[in-house]
Amino acid sequence: MATEYAFPDNAAKTDAAAQEFQTEKMSLAMGPSHPSTHGVLRLQLELDGEIVTHCDPILGYLHRGDEKIAENMTYNQFVPYTDRLDYLAPLANNVAYAIAVEKLANLKVPARCEAIRVICCELARISAHLLGLGAYGIDVGAWSVFLYSFEEREKLYKLFEELTGARFTTSYTRIGGVARDVPEGWNDRVGKFCDQFLPILEEILNLLTRNKIFTDRTQGVGIISREDAIGYGLTGPNLRGSGVAFDLRKDKPYSGYKQYEFDIPVGTTGDCYDRYLCRGEEMRQSVRIVRQVLKNFPSGAYYAEDAKKIFAPRKDKVLTSMEELINNFMITTEGPQMPAGEVYFEAENPKGALGFFIVSKGGGVPYRLKIRSPSFCNLSILPKVCQGALVSDVVSILGSLDFVMGECDR
Amino acid sequence: MDFSFYFDLPLWIRLTLQGLAVILVLFPIAAACSMAERKISAWIQGRPGPNRTIPPLLAWVPGIWILQKLGVFQLAADGGKFVFKEDPVPGGVNKFYFIAAPILAMIPALSTVTVVPFGAYLDSAGKLVPIVLANVDIGLLAVFAVSSLGVYAVILAGWASNSKYPFLGGVRASAQLISYELSMTLSVLPVFLWINAPGGQGTLSLFDVVQFQSQPGFWGGAWFVFTMPLSAFIFLVALFAETNRQPFDMPESESDLVGGFHTEYGAFKWSLFFVAEYCHMIVGSAVFILLFFGGWNPLPWVTLTDSVNALAGVLPFAAHPLFMGALGIAIFLGKILFSIFFFMWVRWTLPRFRYDQVMNIGWKKLLPLSIANLIAYTLGIALLHK
Repeated sequence: MATEYAFPDNAAKTDAAAQEFQTEKMSLAMGPSHPSTHGVLRLQLELDGEIVTHCDPILGYLHRGDEKIAENMTYNQFVPYTDRLDYLAPLANNVAYAIAVEKLANLKVPARCEAIRVICCELARISAHLLGLGAYGIDVGAWSVFLYSFEEREKLYKLFEELTGARFTTSYTRIGGVARDVPEGWNDRVGKFCDQFLPILEEILNLLTRNKIFTDRTQGVGIISREDAIGYGLTGPNLRGSGVAFDLRKDKPYSGYKQYEFDIPVGTTGDCYDRYLCRGEEMRQSVRIVRQVLKNFPSGAYYAEDAKKIFAPRKDKVLTSMEELINNFMITTEGPQMPAGEVYFEAENPKGALGFFIVSKGGGVPYRLKIRSPSFCNLSILPKVCQGALVSDVVSILGSLDFVMGECDR
Repeated sequence: MDFSFYFDLPLWIRLTLQGLAVILVLFPIAAACSMAERKISAWIQGRPGPNRTIPPLLAWVPGIWILQKLGVFQLAADGGKFVFKEDPVPGGVNKFYFIAAPILAMIPALSTVTVVPFGAYLDSAGKLVPIVLANVDIGLLAVFAVSSLGVYAVILAGWASNSKYPFLGGVRASAQLISYELSMTLSVLPVFLWINAPGGQGTLSLFDVVQFQSQPGFWGGAWFVFTMPLSAFIFLVALFAETNRQPFDMPESESDLVGGFHTEYGAFKWSLFFVAEYCHMIVGSAVFILLFFGGWNPLPWVTLTDSVNALAGVLPFAAHPLFMGALGIAIFLGKILFSIFFFMWVRWTLPRFRYDQVMNIGWKKLLPLSIANLIAYTLGIALLHK
């Protein structure tokens, strides 16, 4: 039985097969409310027994019209909306968006701001990968991994809360800087976190990496070839898992990534296991980057001081100087003033390359803002990978692609 | 104490009382296991687990916080919830079979326990008498025959739900349970070949298996797990599969089939499936322990009779048959609980197999292994008794 959604040409084949062998294909709606579709993804599967003969991802259950919303508010006001894109790494989204707008304004932020942003990005990466790892554990049936990784995420959330005032929806960056400087002693606490995190990470990964059941479930499953990975526009660990050493932090460095030493892990076969290994190694590399940043943490301002029309002045200045008061008022009501033009910037987020394409006609509000979300592009390969897989493989493939529907549907 | 009045009661009253006793013993253990599952998973995962529930009327009792922290009262709250919450029957289900399935799941789970001996005591004539509802000669055969009926409940639930996930779960369950039954049965055959070797008793009774492991001497007192480790291993793996426990919980693997065959069930009907699963676990562990771990004997080469005799020198009441019975049951239950702990330990540590891998292991690895094991022991026993 074909559904209303679906595959008219396959329906004919099914009928022929049914007449010949007296079998019937079954269509199965996996999602939108299903424990392992990680949110509200819906897969319309066509099954021959337990083998998936066709997979139709149906998106849009979490569509909120973020891109249109952006056209109706100032640049700073959109920062909280970026939290809700990839809600597992809001800090990284904040940074990517801020850098995109700063590129439009041709603004250079000071080294301290860049350093803070790098720490934010890398901690967000650890946090997102930890969740991806834990959720993947659940997908293949290892529950405890999830809770071990959440214990570490809890520590990260404490750090985020100290830095931004919020655990989850951080809204930390502003155009031209960050909302506030790092609190006293925060850097030390980040350093301590890194020190205790690495052994725990090894412990967590040890539960899975050499586990025979886990390797049976993931090795040789959901293989994405190098060509396919590039052809379908995959980015992030999914692309690197297929053996392409592409990382925007190295290939198009931003926010001072050039000065830090780190390796790009790549897979060899491009199966679920390789993607899992890539994520594990990326967490180690993130710790390495954070340690380097902490070692040479720059002093100075945490925002672009010369950009008076873009970064709202500090409160004490607003209350003492007329000019600053006017600036604050203008930035709050009209938004940070941008030149007319078009700009595209993408950053290496935990899930892949998160891009912002901004068209400005001048003023404080974007004319058009397009978000290139890595999860959406990564999911595009799903019909191809799921073809011929088993139902349980679909779950393990979905988990290994590690997507977030908030970003996918926007 | 004289219990002869009990044997003067009409047969039907005795049978009813015995049946009630089974339910009264099994149900609380199964419920306690569900609590233990939550607590043990919590400890494995480094969290406190349920530790808040306490009836307001009891809060003043000194020291009761220990029970509260252990989540004992959560058990009652859970049970009460299942009884009182709405019991939905989804539209489009086959109502008769939908309601019959959980009941059918309970029947084999509760009836297998009747042939499981829980302990033994010496009667006035000095003869060892098993504490069992029905000490039938076909003991183990009865367990296998009845417990394999459990698959009908799963298939029926999957089919009657008129939903695709339960359907897939039911199909998987039927295939899996049938495949693993084979290796399970073959794995215990060496035990009975050994017992029933030429000049042996000629029995399938579980009581006799324990008796065989309680003989004097090095080979007499050795548990079968030492003499037949491979059989014990195959039996254990098959037991995991038969009781639908991780890593073999295909019929209900929640990450791909949501809830498997009981996706559409709620409230008391769902809890019946749950209790049936735990009852299967308890009975399965009991059989495993009777066959391979010496039943109610406290240690290998130390039998229950010996230890009671030794204790009788110290404690005056230890010679009483009641004491021996109680001690036997306590040791046996302790072993069962440890085995159930092992089940939970595995569940919260290992990932889940894929369905085809489960079938591969069952047919391509476990079955040839158990056949080879059977042949090897058959030849060995034949040579020994030549």
